[in-house]
Amino acid sequence: MSTLSQRPEVPVVGKPEPHESAAGHVTGAALYTDDIAISRADTLTAWPVQAPHAHALVKALRTEPALDVPGVVRVLTAADVPGVNDSGVRGDEPLFPTEVMYYGHAVCWVLGETQEAARLGAEAVEVDYQPLPSLITVPEAIEAGSYQGAHRITRRADADAALAAAPRVFSGVTEFSGQEHFYLETMASLAYYDEGGQLYIQAGTQHPSETQEIVAHVLGLSNNEVTVQCLRMGGGFGGKEMQPHGLAAIAAIGTKLTGRPVRLRLNRTQDMTMTGKRHGFYVTWQAGFDNDGKILALKATLTADGGWSLDLSEPVLARALCHLDNAYFIPALEADGRVAKTNKTSQTAFRGFGGPQGVFVIEDILGRCAPALGIDPADLRRRNFYTAGQSTPYGQPVRHPERMHDIWSQLLEDSGFAARSAQIEAFNASNPNLKRGLAMTPIKFGISFNVAAFNQAGALVLVYKDGSVLINHGGAEMGQGLHTKMLQVAATALGVERSAVRLAPTRTDKVPNTSATAASTGADLNGGAVKNACDQIQERMAVVAGGMLGVNPSDVRFSQGRVTGLGVFGKELTFAEVAQAAYMQRVQLSASGYYRTEGLHWDPEAWFGSPFKYFAYGAAATEVEVDGFTGAYRTRRVDIVHDVGDSLSPMIDIGQIEGGFVQGAGWLTLEDLRWDTSDGEGRGRLLTQAAGTYKLPSFSEMPEEFNVTLFDRAHEDGVIYGSKAVGEPPLMLAFSVREALRQAVGAFGPGGYEIELASPATPEAVFWALTEAKQLATPATATSASAPERAPVLSGS
Amino acid sequence: MDQTNITVNGQRRPLNGASAHTTALDWLRGNRLIGAKEGCAEGECGACAVLVAQSDGDGGTMWTSVNSCLVPVAALDGQEVVTSEGLGTPENLHPVQEKLAIAGGSQCGYCTPGFVCSMAAEFYRRDRTPTADGAAHEDRVPADGAAQADSVPAACGASDGASEHGPNGFDLHSLSGNLCRCTGYRPIRDAAYSIGEPAADDTFAARRDRPAPEPVPTTLEAADGRFIRPATLADAVQLLAENPTAVPVAGSTDWGVEVNLRGRRAPLVIAIDRLPELGALEFGDDELEIGAGVSLSEAERVLDGRVPLLAELFPQFASRLIRNRATLGGNLGTGSPIGDAPPALLALGARVVLASVDGEREVELDEYFTGYRKTVRRPDELIRSIRIPLPLARVTAFHKIAKRRFDDISSVAIGFALDITDGIVTSARIGLGGVAATPLRARNTEAALVGKPWTEETARAAAAVLDSEGTPMSDHRASSSYRSAMLSQAMLKFFGQTSEELEVTV
Repeated sequence: MSTLSQRPEVPVVGKPEPHESAAGHVTGAALYTDDIAISRADTLTAWPVQAPHAHALVKALRTEPALDVPGVVRVLTAADVPGVNDSGVRGDEPLFPTEVMYYGHAVCWVLGETQEAARLGAEAVEVDYQPLPSLITVPEAIEAGSYQGAHRITRRADADAALAAAPRVFSGVTEFSGQEHFYLETMASLAYYDEGGQLYIQAGTQHPSETQEIVAHVLGLSNNEVTVQCLRMGGGFGGKEMQPHGLAAIAAIGTKLTGRPVRLRLNRTQDMTMTGKRHGFYVTWQAGFDNDGKILALKATLTADGGWSLDLSEPVLARALCHLDNAYFIPALEADGRVAKTNKTSQTAFRGFGGPQGVFVIEDILGRCAPALGIDPADLRRRNFYTAGQSTPYGQPVRHPERMHDIWSQLLEDSGFAARSAQIEAFNASNPNLKRGLAMTPIKFGISFNVAAFNQAGALVLVYKDGSVLINHGGAEMGQGLHTKMLQVAATALGVERSAVRLAPTRTDKVPNTSATAASTGADLNGGAVKNACDQIQERMAVVAGGMLGVNPSDVRFSQGRVTGLGVFGKELTFAEVAQAAYMQRVQLSASGYYRTEGLHWDPEAWFGSPFKYFAYGAAATEVEVDGFTGAYRTRRVDIVHDVGDSLSPMIDIGQIEGGFVQGAGWLTLEDLRWDTSDGEGRGRLLTQAAGTYKLPSFSEMPEEFNVTLFDRAHEDGVIYGSKAVGEPPLMLAFSVREALRQAVGAFGPGGYEIELASPATPEAVFWALTEAKQLATPATATSASAPERAPVLSGS
Repeated sequence: MDQTNITVNGQRRPLNGASAHTTALDWLRGNRLIGAKEGCAEGECGACAVLVAQSDGDGGTMWTSVNSCLVPVAALDGQEVVTSEGLGTPENLHPVQEKLAIAGGSQCGYCTPGFVCSMAAEFYRRDRTPTADGAAHEDRVPADGAAQADSVPAACGASDGASEHGPNGFDLHSLSGNLCRCTGYRPIRDAAYSIGEPAADDTFAARRDRPAPEPVPTTLEAADGRFIRPATLADAVQLLAENPTAVPVAGSTDWGVEVNLRGRRAPLVIAIDRLPELGALEFGDDELEIGAGVSLSEAERVLDGRVPLLAELFPQFASRLIRNRATLGGNLGTGSPIGDAPPALLALGARVVLASVDGEREVELDEYFTGYRKTVRRPDELIRSIRIPLPLARVTAFHKIAKRRFDDISSVAIGFALDITDGIVTSARIGLGGVAATPLRARNTEAALVGKPWTEETARAAAAVLDSEGTPMSDHRASSSYRSAMLSQAMLKFFGQTSEELEVTV
């Protein structure tokens, strides 16, 4: 067992704790970016001028009328950029564009004394556009050959030959749309010059270091002239990994030009129409099976809808290709991945980061083909699980494949799968208009950034003379409980009570060159760094305590704020006493910690290596009930068994599992991004651009019974205190909802046929699918109704 | 204007600086009460929820949760507001805050103050009564799926009430207007279902025993327009006669969205929600009158199931936060083709009472709508009340088709009201929403039903007719073919629901 993963006898990690800011959350005392911004006197508000075209040239921009609006202070345009007019890391995202690339693209920003003044000023700005032809859908982009970034192929064995030899071959098109993050707190930044005269940014960002870099680069400053702090975010989910940077830069330019604090908070519609989303994909596939349901080959072309700029589309695509296998051994695979360039928001990171899209493909194939193969879908899945000694198509040995089998067996038992399946069959037989479905799906998800360099982290730990501890680390808190876990890690590593440790806000002047808090790695990386810093301090304090207790430093034990020596009875010190003594002896009580993930390698050209430190496993069993009249449904029960290693903080982990699951279910069943694909004036406009039209799961979508079990005996060697990452994997447990719906739909028909289900599986989509299933049952009495094409949508409401 | 003030968390605060269109949310936040958040600015997410002391209709006060993003702050002149900060502090949590915190009910925390306020309103609801043994909660988990082969579909139409109350009587619908993107809701539900009764020394509980603040006639003039709360209907219609472009506003749940999302401003906003003449809620001998200023929550509470069709409608109408402010009058006043009330009221044969300086007139609701968001109401008229003729039809249902069961806008909504005597349909009124530029009566379908035996054959024939009523279009909510299909499906489902009852009663 590595020292990193080893826990002391009485660890603080592993105890269920609510979120460290819970008391602040419930009372409203916890501050978010705009809470700070509106409390500062003299703050200006920035407001965008958004283009009403999907693609157009900006022929003229007249800002003077805005300056006539009372309270308007300034209009920011490209001429005001002191450094580089680009907010991306790939140089393809002009901050003030001369070519509008999507409907809602901001062409300039107005600064006002009040939000109302800035808004009215933005309305007054006059812009002449020359509209250009646009590409909105992925099929349109494919037709036009409009791609961006690298074209990737993942390959194992000869998929064509394997397909040719396969007894059963299926093919299809799987198309699914993206997802709006809908973090409850929209994008927000506040910029001002601090007391020391440096540019200070408070921002909702998952990547403070990159926000700092982009702001510096846009303003022509060096990184040490810009400090970015992220106190907390009201949700991130990947949406704040890349896209806050340019917005922070706008606020920073405003501050540079006016000398005044500038706040920029997108309202919900601005956020939805300007910022990127989960990538929708268009996939064509062929899959070959043997007569026992073993997958023999898969051949697929995946086209991701990247939107107007590259952003994180390449690594998202990479993760999709690396998760096409999910938990299944696919002996022959050829998958071709491309990023389409369309005139839409630039799609970006979203919890799972391509993983859900890859998993979608294989789960869709298995769920669709199972009835035609005559095999129970849950059994079909289990038959194809990885077993010991097998590797992924990209060459990484699958460690602990037995966990997947064990989790599956446990879930079968915990959920009462067999008995309930039988009950459902009886229920369905006696209910012509109401059908239930119970489905199980697995997840195997790789943890680590695919880019090896990102797998590093820093921390700063300070012990004061009174024994109190203050920690800083590079990770951002967006609700996932990272700070709670880091407090527990520090208390465990130093051997103090949890209450002795405080955490200071994440800032680039405390811990430099940090990675995004993303890819579920926040606790792994920053936990490693925090522990490293604590270990250094404890090692020095042990020398001091050894002297005080009369034992060798290696025989000093720190636990729960008490310091003892092996074999020393009747004498114990407090952590504070040792800290005080260390100070008097001029022993350093602070340390900067560092962590890098060992053992990773990845060759993106050869598409080969071991990019992941380990795999997280889990499985879910979901039961739904579908109303045959309308296609409406409810989720009756969900059981989950999930592998978080030895949990650092069980209440936090269960919260991540439940929340991820429901968010995934939202993507797969409810959340419906619709763009105007007509040739009218609104072409390219996002039609579902507010909470009233884009519906998130609410209480009515919560599973009526929801049982989450953390997989036991799950120690993960080589990871902080034996734990595993939890942020993203559970999202993909929600495929069980989609598959349960498919099974309930299938129960309206005769069985034995492929059941296609559109995505998201809204009540309407389910209705058309079950109508088709019914028609299979009675082909002679086709009803007049049939599913429409996803027709161009013209109206706004 | 100088004397305008609001009592927030026990402290009187002057309204100075507020304009006619300033929302309560922006005003609170501008006063550094930052607990309430803007999540959507259209009353969909509930992050802005606060508590307002409103009359319980019985001489006392009800803590009522509202979306502060939709309410003009001037509408709260003289009122009492409590925010999450006022309920408790990190050192001294309110019981609801404590339950939510220890249950893991907050992750990012941004929606949390709003949840706290909605939960607190339910905590203080006087008629929240714990079930004896928590049976209502346990009912959700049938031991044997096959054994309870319920033929009445629960997945649609009426909400499954029994499954949405905690053992402590907590109604989950009180949180239907609050969205959380992080938790998946389970810990929030657990917290809600674990809250107890207010303690003996709870000051908010004690406040319920005293009357709520009276409405205060208000005039606020600012650069963006005027906000006036007249004292009487006469004053209101006079103002309207003099200012034809004025916007009359009750709950502001629709107008607030226009202000926030579409930047609309009006030279004059007239608050009509507390006009005594608009507050009727009375059963007469031959009609029920519901004042246009009565909130949907209040109507729901007072009617208490006596109009089954409305009882089915209420829980499906937006969310509790919206229903606490929204009115039937407002839902008819906007003239929207997708409002949920019109199909139900059309089925009930409702009439609309319009008032102006010239007096009153009564209009049949099915003659009220004239075009897309157009009605027979003149700019100088107010909707004073809605009248529903009695006796009510005996066989009724309200079907709402939407993506989400809580708080969604209908793709299609259908109100059914039939009288069936000796197995024969003697009268039929069917109201439709979402299938044309206006809400409408399904007259051909009604004709296909009257005089026919209430049999599956009749229902199928009527369904085929209903399928072609209206001219539904495709939009982001639903395709036109789904909308049409839902009409006929609703008829079949309605038959399925009622035929069972008939077997018992006929």
